[in-house]
Formats: sequence, C-alpha cells, structure tokens
Amino acid sequence: MLVLWVWEGNAEMGLNIQQVTKRFGQFTAVDQLSLNIPPGEMFGFLGANGAGKTTTFRMVLGLLDATEGQITWKGKRIDYSTSPEIGYLPEERGLYPKMKVSDQIVYLARLRGMEKKIILKELDYWLERFNVPQNVNKKVEELSKGNQQKIQFIASVIHKPSLLILDEPFSGLDPVNVELLKDAVREIKNNGTTIVFSSHRMEHVEELCESLCIMHKGRPVVHGGLKEIKRSFGKKNVVIHSDFDLLYLKDMNGVTKLKETTEGVLLQVESEAAAQGVFHDVVQKGFLRKFELEEPSLNDIFIEKVGTSYE
Amino acid sequence: MNNFFLILSHSYLSKLKAKSFIISTVIIAAALVLLANFDSIISNFSDDDTSKIAVQDETGKLYDPLVQQLEIMDSEIELEPATQSMEEIEKKIESEEIKGILILSESAEGLPQALYKSNSLSESNVTGELQIALQNVKSSLAASILELTGEELALLSGPVAFEKEALVAGAKSEEELSQARGIVYVLLFFIYFSVIAYANMTAMEVATEKSSRVMEILISSVSPVKQMFAKIIGIGLAGLTQLAVILAVGYFTMIQKKDELVGGFFEGFGFESLSVGVIIYAVLFFLLGYFLYATLAALLGSLVSRIEDVQQMIMPMTFLIMIGFFISMFGLGNPESSFVTITSYIPFFTPMVMFLRVGMLNLPVYEPVIGIVVLLVTIIILGVFGARVYRGGVLLYGKSNSYKDIKKAIDITSKK
Repeated sequence: MLVLWVWEGNAEMGLNIQQVTKRFGQFTAVDQLSLNIPPGEMFGFLGANGAGKTTTFRMVLGLLDATEGQITWKGKRIDYSTSPEIGYLPEERGLYPKMKVSDQIVYLARLRGMEKKIILKELDYWLERFNVPQNVNKKVEELSKGNQQKIQFIASVIHKPSLLILDEPFSGLDPVNVELLKDAVREIKNNGTTIVFSSHRMEHVEELCESLCIMHKGRPVVHGGLKEIKRSFGKKNVVIHSDFDLLYLKDMNGVTKLKETTEGVLLQVESEAAAQGVFHDVVQKGFLRKFELEEPSLNDIFIEKVGTSYE
Repeated sequence: MNNFFLILSHSYLSKLKAKSFIISTVIIAAALVLLANFDSIISNFSDDDTSKIAVQDETGKLYDPLVQQLEIMDSEIELEPATQSMEEIEKKIESEEIKGILILSESAEGLPQALYKSNSLSESNVTGELQIALQNVKSSLAASILELTGEELALLSGPVAFEKEALVAGAKSEEELSQARGIVYVLLFFIYFSVIAYANMTAMEVATEKSSRVMEILISSVSPVKQMFAKIIGIGLAGLTQLAVILAVGYFTMIQKKDELVGGFFEGFGFESLSVGVIIYAVLFFLLGYFLYATLAALLGSLVSRIEDVQQMIMPMTFLIMIGFFISMFGLGNPESSFVTITSYIPFFTPMVMFLRVGMLNLPVYEPVIGIVVLLVTIIILGVFGARVYRGGVLLYGKSNSYKDIKKAIDITSKK
C-alpha cells in the first residue's frame, strides 16, 4: 500500500500529459499523446518539422488549450500562477534587439518573479560562466548570433525553473560553445530540474537524455528509455572495411540497407544473426581490415520511423 | 497583478526614454513658445520698415490735417512733403526709399480727393489707413462747409447701437464662436495627431515584440491579455505625459505673455477665453479616442509577422481617424448640422466630432455624456474581442497578413 502510494506520488510530481489531442479546425496537430516525465529527468522530444512539437510545448506552457485530455505539472494545471517555476527557450530566438543585455534579462526575469538584485548577481555568474562578461552593457543586436543565443539561454534558466523546456538549444553554436551549454544543461539537470529537450541533432539527444519520444504527424511513434528503444529496434549496423568489392552484400538475406563508405560499406542488418551470416560470407572472400557490429544510432531509428532526414 | 505593472512601466519608460518621444515633445513645445512670441518676432524683423510716403498737396491745406489725423490713429505711416520733381520721386519709389506718392487735390465741391501711386498695391494696410485718415479729414471739412457744430458732427457720424442677444441662455455669440473655433481647431488637431501617433506606436510595439520573437517568452510568463492592456495603458500614460508637458509649456508662456494677449496670436485663437471645461473635455476625448484606437491597433498589430506589414494592416484604422477629423473640420463651420450631430454618436468619430460640438455649441450635459458612454461601451466590447484575437494572433506566424487572420487567431485558441 505504501509502495503504491509512493509510486502514485511520483507520477503526480512530474510532467504528466494525458491523452492530449489538439485540433485546429480539420487539422489534427497532436493526436492522443500521453507522456509521463518523472521529476529530475531529461526527456528528449523529437520529431520532424510540423510533427506537433511546438504545439505540444505551447499546450504544456498553457498558451493553447488542449482540445482533449489534460496536462499537469506536479499534479496541477500549468497556468500563469506557476510561470516562475517554468523556463522556456523557444526555437525561434527572441530578444529585444535594441535593449541592453542587463536590462533585458532583468525585465524578463522580473516577469518570472525574481528580484532585481538577485537577477544581477545571477547574470554576472552566467555571463562569467559563458565567457562573455564584457557583453553585459551591450545591445543585443550588437552581439554575434552565438552570443545572443547564450543570452537567450540565460533568460530561460536564470530564475532556476523546476521545469525547463529547451527547444533546439544548441543550434547555431560552434562546437566549443555547444560543450559549454551542454555542461550547463547537465548541471541544471543534476540540480533537480526536469528538462524537456527538443533537438534535430540526434547525437545530442543520445548524449543527454535517458528517455525520449519521437513524434510523427502528431503521434508518438517511438517512446521509452533510450536503451530499450535501441534494443527493441532490433536492427544493427555492420561496418566492414576491405579491399575487395562488397556491393554484392546488398542482395543478401537480412541486409536491409547498404551504404558505400570510402573504405568499405556500412550495412544495416535485421538482427545479430544476420550479421553473423554476413561475416561468414565475407571472410571467405578475402582479407578484412575491419568488421564491427554496432548498436543502431538514434539517427537511424529516427530516419526509419519518420522516413525523412533533416540534413 | 505585479507583472501587469512591470509591463506597464516597461512600456511607459521605454517610450519616455525614446529619442523620438523627447524630440517630438521638444519640437512641439518650442513651436508653442515661438507662436506665442510670434508678434514680437515679426515686429523685430520689420522694425526698420516704416512706411515713408511723399505727399504732393495741390490744395496746400490738406497736408497738415492729414498728418495730425495719422498721428491720432497711431499709424506707422510717415508723410513727407514732396519737394523733388515727379521723376526723382518715381526713382526713389523704385529704389524703395519711399513707399509711394500721394497726390491730394480738391474736387469741384471743394472736398479732398486723392491719388496714390506705388510700385505695389499689395500693402492694403497702407492704402487703407491713408483712406480712413483722409475720410476723417474730409468729414470735418464737409462739416465746416455745412457749418455743423462738433456735436452735430458726432451725432451724424456716431455708430449705431446694435446689440445681439441670443434667446437661449448661454448661447455663444458670434465673437465667442469664432474664438471657440480657434481653440477647438487647435485641440482637435492635437487629438487627431496624438491618437494617430500613439495608436500607431501601440501597433508597432506589438509587432516589434512579435517579429523579434521575444513575444514567445513574454506570453509564456504573462498572459497575452494582461500584456495587451498593460501595454495600451503604458503607452497611453506616455501620451498623457507629453500632453501634460505641452499644456504646462503653453500655460507658462501664456502667463508670461499675459499683457500682450490682447491683439496677439492668442487672442486670434481664443486662448484668453479658454475655459477649463474645454481642456478637460479635450483630455477626456483624447484618452477615450486613444483607448479605442489603441485597442484596435494592438489587435491588428498582433496579426502581422513582420514590422513592414504594420502600416498596411492599420491603414483602414488610420482612415477612420482621418474621416473623423475631416467631419470635425467640416463641423467647425457648421457645428449644428444634423450630419455632425449624427456622426458625433458613431463611436469611431465621437472623440473628435463630439469634442467639436462640446467646444463650439452649448450642449446640454447629457449629450457628451451619452457620447462618452457609447465610447466606453465600444472600448469594452473591442477590448474583449481584441483580447481574444491578440491571444491567438501573437502565436500566429505566416506570410499572409489579411483580416482573415482574425478568424484564424480566434480559432487557434478556441477549444474546438
């Protein structure tokens, strides 16, 4: 009984999306979506453009009403009284171009219920951390795109939200700055913040998220923990490097895809057994410099499930 | 509620600090001071410009009385007897050393007649004054020929008593009406310009926040409706601040120029008969007009995705304000026409047309009150409707910027 109570309490604590549908006229943007994100978890929310991600975020934030179903955070509906607890980094960057960085952050953070003194202290910390303390008195339009992005990021996390929605947080940043922001995101997560993370860069999701959901046309097509998803996907990748022609493998049983690389081929196979079949076949043909069986990448899964590629 | 005031003060202060706001306030205030001192500035420029006129008196007895008469009239015309030949005088006129030449002669009845020659006959004030002076000289000459006494002359030339009395108590006299026309004209202009300017500002601000996408963050922390009204009130306060500054400058220049009021610029525009009531009505109708149009502007501004489209979107609204202004301009001449009366109750025209009627006519109090109530009701309806559109409009991004988006904006936030 006690155990059950704890479990229920846990489900109540996180972000709970129950059977949510959103229709715009005839068009169904989100269809019967159910998710439960436990507190303190970083959740990957993926999908092609137009899959219903932004609509879902807007419903979570209370900007749009769900046609059916309900969304709760810590057991309560999200509305403007809970806004100090919520941080949002929208995909489309938006700051006042003609306002100074400090004024801007102070204004936006005060709207989230912070006091000016604390805001300025926190802002110093963040600017220092992102190596841009010299920008505090500059206008946003004077900053480079990457630096604007850092300010935007600060604006969404400075009030220490308990629920943080990050929509494409790393787009437009160079690798050094991506690492800088990734560390910050990890730290925020370790401090107990629940994070919903959306990105088109699958390697970032793989790196940061424990569980995820892939949306396609308003429906979740894949949903669960990262490891389970990979395991249940079944298909695996085989990397073969050799000097002889490997293209004949395309027609072999169990091989679903073949891609030529500079040193050989990259195969997608249905199972580990199929990989063994391939191995027995190719060792007879000649010398192999490399034969490796790999877990499928999230990118493979995504492309398979959604059927389109971003890049 | 705290957030409401945060946004309010943010819009208010950012408008107040804007260069355009400071510059426009300074220019209007400077223009006001300039206008108030218009007479002294003009006379400064024309000081050396006394009008010298040569007089060729063929009768020999008209010159002195004419000089005396001009002195009595406090005229700036300076006469001098023509001593040179006609040719030389004409040369002097050409070189503008003197204005012209007046040739005085005697008619068959022994009464004076005159011929005035000059380069230009455009300065009617010179010939007019000369004519009046000569008329007076002639009157007294004629009187002496008829052997009239001074009393008899006064009896003859004394003005007729003609007084006007309106049957309606408090109706404005012709003189009062023309003075009211001046002040109403000035204030109408002010209402017109500031309603257009500040409603525009509201639409621009909404569109700027939307196009820079900062809106996404704002609406995730403050409800769009709260945001919209905070913004409208904040910008309205900035407008009121500007109005207060201008009125204060106007008031102090008037105090300073009080002695010169008579005959000066202010009298022409009826400022010395300026009643507090008219000013209060002007402020009231400015505010109501602003709230009406700013709500409309915020609604329209929330529909565009790019700043460039704002002007196109609010064009019909600008036309509405202009039509109201033109009706009231027409009404300046015919404040009592039924067209003006009817349009003063159409909410989009009320702020200017009703103000015109209040300023020009002696309306029973209930008429402006009905106008104000009509306005308030319209503002509330528009506010409720505008808030619904705004809530969806700020989420709507796309190429199109048509009024069909109003329906789309309402649909996006509806539950169905």
